[in-house]
Amino acid sequence: MQERLKELQQEALEAIQQATDLKALNEIRVSYLGKKGPITEVLKGMGKLSAEERPKMGALANEVRDIISANIEEKQQGLEAAAVEAQLASETIDVTLPGRPVQTGNHHPLTRIVEEIEDLFIGMGYTVAEGPEVEKDYYNFEALNLPKSHPARDAQDSFYITEEVLLRTQTSPVQARTMEKHDGKGPVKIICPGKVYRRDSDDATHSHQFMQIEGLVVAENIRMSDLKGTLELFAKKLFGEDREIRLRPSFFPFTEPSVEVDVSCFKCGGHGCNICKQTGWIEVLGSGMVHPNVLEMSGFDSKKYSGFAFGMGVERIAMLKYGIDDIRHFYTNDVRFLKQFQVKE
Amino acid sequence: MFVSYKWLQEYVDLSGITPDELAEKITRSGIEVEGVEVLNEGLKGIVIGHVLEREQHPDADKLSKCLVDIGEENPVQIICGAPNVDKGQKVAVATVGAVLPGNFKIKKAKLRGEESNGMICSLSELGIEGKLIAKEFSEGIFVFPNDVTVGEDALEKLQRDDQILELGLTANRGDCLSMLGVAYEVGAILNREVKLPNPAVKTISEKATDYVQIKVEAKEDNPLYVAKVIKNVTVTPSPLWMQGRLMAEGIRPHNNVVDITNYILLEYGQPLHAFDYDRLGSKEILVRRAKVGEKMVTLDDAERTLTADHLVITNGSEPVALAGVMGGANSEVKADTTTVLLESAYFVGPTVRKASKDHGLRSEASSRFEKGVDPNRVRAAAERAVELLALYAGGEVLDGEAVVDTLQVEPVVISITLEKINRVLGTNISIEEVANIFTRLQFETSVDNETITVTVPTRRGDITIEEDLIEEVARLYGYDNIPSTLPMGSSTPGYLTTYQQKRRTVRHYLEGAGLYQAVTYSLTSEAKATQYALETREPIKLAMPMSEDRSQLRLSIIPQLLEVVKYNVARQIDSVAVYETGPVFLSNGTDALPDEREHLAGAITGLREQHQWQGEKKEVDFFVLKGILEGLFAKLGLEQKVEYRQAAVEGMHPGRTAQIYLAGQKIGFIGQVHPTVQKDLDLKETYVFELSLETVFAEEVAPLQYESIPRFPSITRDIALVVGKEKVAGEIESIIVEAGGKLLKDVHVFDLYEGEHMEPGKKSLAFSLKYFDPEKTLTDEEVTKVHEKVLAAVKEKSGAVLRG
Repeated sequence: MQERLKELQQEALEAIQQATDLKALNEIRVSYLGKKGPITEVLKGMGKLSAEERPKMGALANEVRDIISANIEEKQQGLEAAAVEAQLASETIDVTLPGRPVQTGNHHPLTRIVEEIEDLFIGMGYTVAEGPEVEKDYYNFEALNLPKSHPARDAQDSFYITEEVLLRTQTSPVQARTMEKHDGKGPVKIICPGKVYRRDSDDATHSHQFMQIEGLVVAENIRMSDLKGTLELFAKKLFGEDREIRLRPSFFPFTEPSVEVDVSCFKCGGHGCNICKQTGWIEVLGSGMVHPNVLEMSGFDSKKYSGFAFGMGVERIAMLKYGIDDIRHFYTNDVRFLKQFQVKE
Repeated sequence: MFVSYKWLQEYVDLSGITPDELAEKITRSGIEVEGVEVLNEGLKGIVIGHVLEREQHPDADKLSKCLVDIGEENPVQIICGAPNVDKGQKVAVATVGAVLPGNFKIKKAKLRGEESNGMICSLSELGIEGKLIAKEFSEGIFVFPNDVTVGEDALEKLQRDDQILELGLTANRGDCLSMLGVAYEVGAILNREVKLPNPAVKTISEKATDYVQIKVEAKEDNPLYVAKVIKNVTVTPSPLWMQGRLMAEGIRPHNNVVDITNYILLEYGQPLHAFDYDRLGSKEILVRRAKVGEKMVTLDDAERTLTADHLVITNGSEPVALAGVMGGANSEVKADTTTVLLESAYFVGPTVRKASKDHGLRSEASSRFEKGVDPNRVRAAAERAVELLALYAGGEVLDGEAVVDTLQVEPVVISITLEKINRVLGTNISIEEVANIFTRLQFETSVDNETITVTVPTRRGDITIEEDLIEEVARLYGYDNIPSTLPMGSSTPGYLTTYQQKRRTVRHYLEGAGLYQAVTYSLTSEAKATQYALETREPIKLAMPMSEDRSQLRLSIIPQLLEVVKYNVARQIDSVAVYETGPVFLSNGTDALPDEREHLAGAITGLREQHQWQGEKKEVDFFVLKGILEGLFAKLGLEQKVEYRQAAVEGMHPGRTAQIYLAGQKIGFIGQVHPTVQKDLDLKETYVFELSLETVFAEEVAPLQYESIPRFPSITRDIALVVGKEKVAGEIESIIVEAGGKLLKDVHVFDLYEGEHMEPGKKSLAFSLKYFDPEKTLTDEEVTKVHEKVLAAVKEKSGAVLRG
């Protein structure tokens, strides 16, 4: 009987070994361990054994059962794992195929520049002021120290609607309006972006409509050195930490002294290249100390208050920064142009 | 203004400073030097030659065979094609080995079988612009005066061994429209002395006033008129150096008399005019406004019709010059002129500007008068001119001047404290430094303690207030020396207004939804200005448009976006999705500013989802765009207040357009562009919307308040309704929402069927309703009770039948 049990164990283990799927394994389980299986069959003959042998034989039979059962269990786990593997293998995909595109748009490059500048100055305590694009001659010119007879305000250069109303030629009228609203009390710290219009024929470098962004600070004891320090920060933020600026004297009717501001060339770092025309410097904006006439006309006491203002053409900044060669691209809105400005640098 | 480096050295010592260095210094202290031109760049080997013999080329009608002495051992044979070459002439010869502009190298050559050892040059072959070459030499070679020496450098004789600084002058620096003005500037920058010309004039006993009397009727236009008379003048070419300097600074030589007036214009900045005294035909100069319709022929042979805005110089009856702009042909100095009347006057800027503009005549003279000449240089310039006329035209200068002088010249005196200068600049400059700067500028100053009083010379008419003086200090002190600081004082909060923040939210949302931001023109054509306008008013027209296409202000953005779509589609970009935010302009009548309303518009066409390897693609349709807008309103917290109503809008598809209402107020529309418009623009199905952004942003938004996450399950019931085809889903939805009360949490359409299994004129709409009570788990009975109410309401109010 003992031999028979060992034999059965051997047979069962061989069968388990050879089983290739769960079904075969289950059949083995039923055939060896079931109620009608050979082990039960063997145990039926236990009655013939002596009282001493009986418990021994019972223990042996249980041991054989346990061994077979454990082997089946082990085999089953192996087969199941293989089945999962086979399943997964059949589900393999080509990960190099492209993903499902998410169609997104992005800011127009001009907005991109404007928001970058706005955010920089908001961080420095400025607010964003906006004003009408159709403007009174008074705010566009007179309040900015450009009286009617001034040579710089030729009707040929501006889009007039009537003698007193025109499309603004600069964003400076927003400054005049904002100062007027402040009722002679500082501080005023604003940044003014917006569209402006000039009577130019459109070509690669001229556009009858373009964007400007201007800044204005009016408070007690504002100094030219404050202008210089502010613009230095601006240049570093917009064009890179290594940038330097230089101020060159210039002339604008609404500022005195007036300066033009050059930034060290961001392409060559100041050594001279085709972008900076070999000078190492690129002219980016005009600025100066607010003319006392402008302060007075807007209701500020020029003895008590002083201020600085600066302004630049947004297209020019974008063209320089991104290497764009034709100003008309900004207004044709070719999707192949627009989509190039999605990257966050 | 072109400034000759060589000429400038007559007034200021420039030793140790190259033209490029000088240019940099001038630029850094206030006047931008736009370029430095080397006149003889790339030229070499050009000498004076003497044409010893000239004969016809045996084989070519238009060529001459010349024997030319070029200062070498033997004369050389040169073949020349110029019509004016002749024996005895002194000419410029590019010898063998010479280089001409454009790296053109002169070699030995054979021309039609005859040897040629060099080239006799015209001025244009030497790099001089055609418009600067005296008329007699414009078609041929330049003939030098006989006193030049053979073999000498011809370019040096022509003053081409020079560099020209091109100054970009701002409107306030008219003082630098003269060599003397530039000399003062450079003297101040370099801290070097300025040497002024000191004319020495010998006069004869006859008096100018015996020849001419001056009368000025228009004294506001012409407060000072000086006339000098010079007799026995011989009109010849001016000296070669003078011609060279004129050409270098952009003026064409004519003859000695005219060249001298131009030379003084460049030197002093004072325009002069020389009349042929005998051709004046009277002993009187009368300056007056022209009569309306009066005519005169100017030096350019054009007949000018005048108005009372124009100031003329007359001989008492006829105009002989358009004051400050151009002389008259009737009194022009010609080869036979012997007596010259020289005018030096102060004409006021606006009068000259008006005439110059009306007649399209911008001359060297007019541009100087427009910017304002130095009143104290009017006589000095005349004095210098007659000196040169005596020297180079052999003239005899009559004693004195004929003059009308009502000009009041009050010197500008400004006092400023050191404290103010340092306060404005943020510097710590000493009083000595400030005084030194004004001394360098040759401004008279007196210092009293820390107050400095400056008498501004009349040549610097741009300086009138303290700030102007501060600028002079700053630019000569050097902007590099000004420190960098940030504004002091109380800090201010920097922020975007709610409106500005919402605008940014809208942009980011739409871009996330796949639309590119476009920026288009505000000016458009008459036809497009009012198309698709949400509100129509009289269009706003430009007084002087540059083209019809850009003649009116837009009342809508859609036409501009359709142009963008059209542009892209025409370039094989089939799928376009763009939006724009910007103003439209609504007139408030003449002279009133219009209402500028910020609008938001969008346009999409083509595929919503690009065709990919998965094989799916989806064309855009009404609901794609509407979904984008719904998401936008949700983002702005307004989705509950927005309604879409089927509507007809001109230019839009009549069955696929909805007007959009916000809290009952019409704010815009959405829909498909009308197929005929699409066809006109070569577009496929294109969907657009436009909204009044201002109205949207003005709508009150409930403050954000947390709503607890549901703790109890909800119960969903679906219903399918058969309704008339004309019934819109929105209407039924409203009925459901109303009847569902507060337990109805959500309702949405999940199916629409209009197929063959439906009765004609009917459709099936299926809604999914979600019931929910935040306080407890709903029982079936509770839901059924409400749901029955909903069904009853739908049946009753929309005539719907529950589908089987």
